[in-house]
Amino acid sequence: MRSIVFSIVLIPFLWLTNTAFAFEIEARASFGPDDGSVLRIISTADIRFFEPMILSYLADHPDVSIDYIVASSTNLMKAVQGGEDTFDIAISSAMDLQTKLANDGFAQPHVSEATLMLPDWAKWNDMLFAFTEEPAAIVVSKAAFAGQPIPRTRHDLIALLRRDPERFQGRVGTYDVRHSGLGYLFATQDTRASETFWRLAEVIGALGVQLYCCSSDMIDDVKSGDLLIAYNVLGSYVANRDDREEFEIIMPADFTTVMLRTALIPTSAVSPERARDFIDHMLMTSYDEDTASLADPNLPLPEGSTAVNRIEIGPGLLVFLDQLKRRAFLNEWESAILQEQ
Amino acid sequence: MITLIGGSAILAVILFLIVRGYAAQIAQNGQDSILSASVSSLLDAAVIQDGAVEVDFPYSSFSMLDTELDDRVFYAIYQDGEVLSGYEDLPAPIAKAGEQSTFQTVQYANTKIRLASANRTLIGATGRTQISVSIAQTQDALSRTLNGISQTVALFGAGFFGLIVLLSYWATSITINPLMRLATSVQKRGPQDLSPFQKQVPYEMVPLVTSLNTLMGRLDHSLTQSEDFIAEAAHRLRTPLAIVRTKAEIVARVATDDTTTKAAQEMIHAIDESSRIAGQLLDHAMVTFRLDNLAREEIDLATLATGAADRVRPLTDLKDIELLATVGPPVSIKGDVVLIQSALHNLLDNAIKYAPAEARVEIALTETDGRAILTVTDTGSGFPMAELELLADRYARGSNATHVVGSGLGLTIVQEVMAAHGGTMDITNTKTGGACVRLSFPLS
Repeated sequence: MRSIVFSIVLIPFLWLTNTAFAFEIEARASFGPDDGSVLRIISTADIRFFEPMILSYLADHPDVSIDYIVASSTNLMKAVQGGEDTFDIAISSAMDLQTKLANDGFAQPHVSEATLMLPDWAKWNDMLFAFTEEPAAIVVSKAAFAGQPIPRTRHDLIALLRRDPERFQGRVGTYDVRHSGLGYLFATQDTRASETFWRLAEVIGALGVQLYCCSSDMIDDVKSGDLLIAYNVLGSYVANRDDREEFEIIMPADFTTVMLRTALIPTSAVSPERARDFIDHMLMTSYDEDTASLADPNLPLPEGSTAVNRIEIGPGLLVFLDQLKRRAFLNEWESAILQEQ
Repeated sequence: MITLIGGSAILAVILFLIVRGYAAQIAQNGQDSILSASVSSLLDAAVIQDGAVEVDFPYSSFSMLDTELDDRVFYAIYQDGEVLSGYEDLPAPIAKAGEQSTFQTVQYANTKIRLASANRTLIGATGRTQISVSIAQTQDALSRTLNGISQTVALFGAGFFGLIVLLSYWATSITINPLMRLATSVQKRGPQDLSPFQKQVPYEMVPLVTSLNTLMGRLDHSLTQSEDFIAEAAHRLRTPLAIVRTKAEIVARVATDDTTTKAAQEMIHAIDESSRIAGQLLDHAMVTFRLDNLAREEIDLATLATGAADRVRPLTDLKDIELLATVGPPVSIKGDVVLIQSALHNLLDNAIKYAPAEARVEIALTETDGRAILTVTDTGSGFPMAELELLADRYARGSNATHVVGSGLGLTIVQEVMAAHGGTMDITNTKTGGACVRLSFPLS
C-alpha cells in the first residue's frame, strides 16, 4: 500500500538548469505533487545523499512538494545573503559560513520540542541546527592496498608516502581549499588540532597532489584507481554508496575532524512554518537520544574517543573567514601544496 | 509600625537597586575584559610584512567570546581609519585612546552590542601606520546573568522586607503593650488618686512615667494648696461672721422701729447662710483630708443615723418640719466615723433646707442583700429629673434651688465619702415627687 502511494505521488522528476537563479547551481530536484505547497531547500548535499530525508518527510506530508537545489557552500551563502532568490531552509556542510550567516542576522530563531532535545553543541543561538556529524576521513581502495598495511594515523600516512614516493606520485587527492568551503574548513581545523597537517601538506605537495572540488569526485577517482589515497573526504558519502565495500574508510586515530552539517531558516523564508516543521522532522530523525549522537549509523564515530575533534559552532569559526586571516592561510597552504618556486 | 514597614520597603527597594547595579557593573566588567583580551590578541598579531599589514590572529581571539547563550560577535580591523577586514558598517571606535581599550554600548544589527576598541602603531620600512581593532558582542548571556541575579536579589529583598515587618510588629507590640497597660491604669484611677505610678515599664518609657509622676505630684500639691486655702479662708471668715451676727442681734433687740428690726433680721439670715457655706467648705476640706488618710474602724450606722437626726432637730423645729428616723437594730460597717457623720449631716441639712415648711423628712436604715441601705427622703418638690446625673458634681445646684442659698457642695461631699467607702449614692425622686437619696454601704 505504502509503496503504491509512493509510486503515484512521489515520482521524483529531476532536471538541471542554470537559468532560473542569480547564481550557479549544481543540481535541482522536485519531490511531491505538482500543486502542493512548496518548500524550497538550498543545500550543499548531493541529492542522493539527502533524498531519504525528503522522502520520509513527504510520506507524512503528502500535500507538500519540495524544491531541492544543490549549490556550492560559497554560492549558498551568497544566495542567502543576496535575497534575490528566497529559500525556506539552507543546509550546508560549511559550518563557518553557516555560523557567519546566523551571526550576521540572516537566520531566524526557532525553538521547538525537537530543538530543545538537542545537546548544546548541536545548536547555536537557536538559529543553527546540526543534524549530522560527519567525519573527514582518509579513503583508500581496498583493492589497491590488498595485502599491504593500511595507515591508521597521519603519521603512518606520512611515513608511507615518504617510503614509496614513486608509487604515490600524482595519486594522492584532497580538497582545493581555495574553492571548496568544506575543504577550507577541514584544513583550517586540522591546523588547529596539530602541526602534523603542515608536514603532511609538504609531503603530498611534493608528490604532486591532485586537487578536487568535491568529495564525490575524489571517491570516484579512488574507485577508478586514479587515486590511491584521498585525504579529508566526507566519510558519509562513501558509507552511502552501494559500492561502499570497495573502500576502506579510515578515521585517523591521532585525531578525526568531525563536521556538523547544519540547517538554518533564512530570514527571507517564504514559508517559515513549513521550514520549522521540516527541521523538526530532520532533527527527530537524525538525533539518536540513546547514543547522544548525530553520526551516521553506517559510520559510527569511535565512541568517547579523545581523537574525535568535533568542530564547535561558535564565534571561533569566524576567525578563518576573516579576509586577512584567509589570505595568510592560503599563502601558507599554497606554498606547501603547490610548491611553486 | 507603618513608618517602619514603609521604611523597610524603601530600604528593600534601595538594596535591590544597589545590588543589581553592582551586579550589572561586575557582569559588564567581565564582558569588557574578555572583549579587551580579544582586541589585544588581534592587535598583537598585526605585523607589517613586505609593506602590507598582516593580522594572523589566533583562533582563540574569537572562540574566547563563546558564551552559554551563543552571543553574536562582530569585529572590524582598521588601518589608519580605513576598514581592512571585518564588518565595514560596524560603528567606528569613539576615540583613539591608545592601546588601552575603550568601551561603548551601541545599537547594531537591530540589537544592543558592547563594543571594545583599541589601537596600535606599527612601524614599517615605509613609515608608521595605525591599526585599530573593534570587537563587539551582543549581550544575551549578560542579560540572562543579570536577570538571574535580579531575581535572586529581589527574593532576598522580599525576604528582608518580610523579616522587617515581623520584627517591627514584634518590637512595636513590645513597646506598645506596657504603654497600653500604663494608659489603662491611668484610666482606671479614681478622680482623687494622684499617687505616683509604680508599674514596671520598659527602660525607654521611664522618662515618660517619671515626668507623668512629677506632673501628678505637682497637681496633687496645688490641689492640696487650694483646698487648704479654701479651708483657711472659711475658717477665718467664721469668727468675724459670728461677731457680725452678735452685733446684728443686739441691733435687732434694741431697735425701736420696725424697719431697723426687719433689716437686722435679714442681716442675721444672710449671715447664717454665709456661716453655713463656710462650714460646708470646711467640711469638704476636712473630708478631702480624711479621704487621703481613711480610717477603717467598725461603726454602727444605726447610732450614727440617730445621732445625725438629733443634731439637725433644732433646725427642723424651726421650720416645722417633721423628722422621722426609722432605724432598726445596729448595722455594722467599716469606715471613717467623722466622714460618714459629715455625709449624713449634709444629706439631712440639704433635705431640710430645700423642703418647704411643714414637710416631712425621713431617714431610714435597712439591711438588704448583704448591704446596708440608708435612705433620706422628703416630701418636697424633688430633684429636677433632667439634672440627676450632674447633681453630685462640685458646686452644681439644682435649677429649682436658685431661691435657696447654697454652696452646691453637699452632695459632692456625700459622693466622695461613699466612693471612699466602696459604696454608692443614688439620687432619685419618690413616687410622690419628693427627693430621695439612697446610700448603699458594703457590710463589714
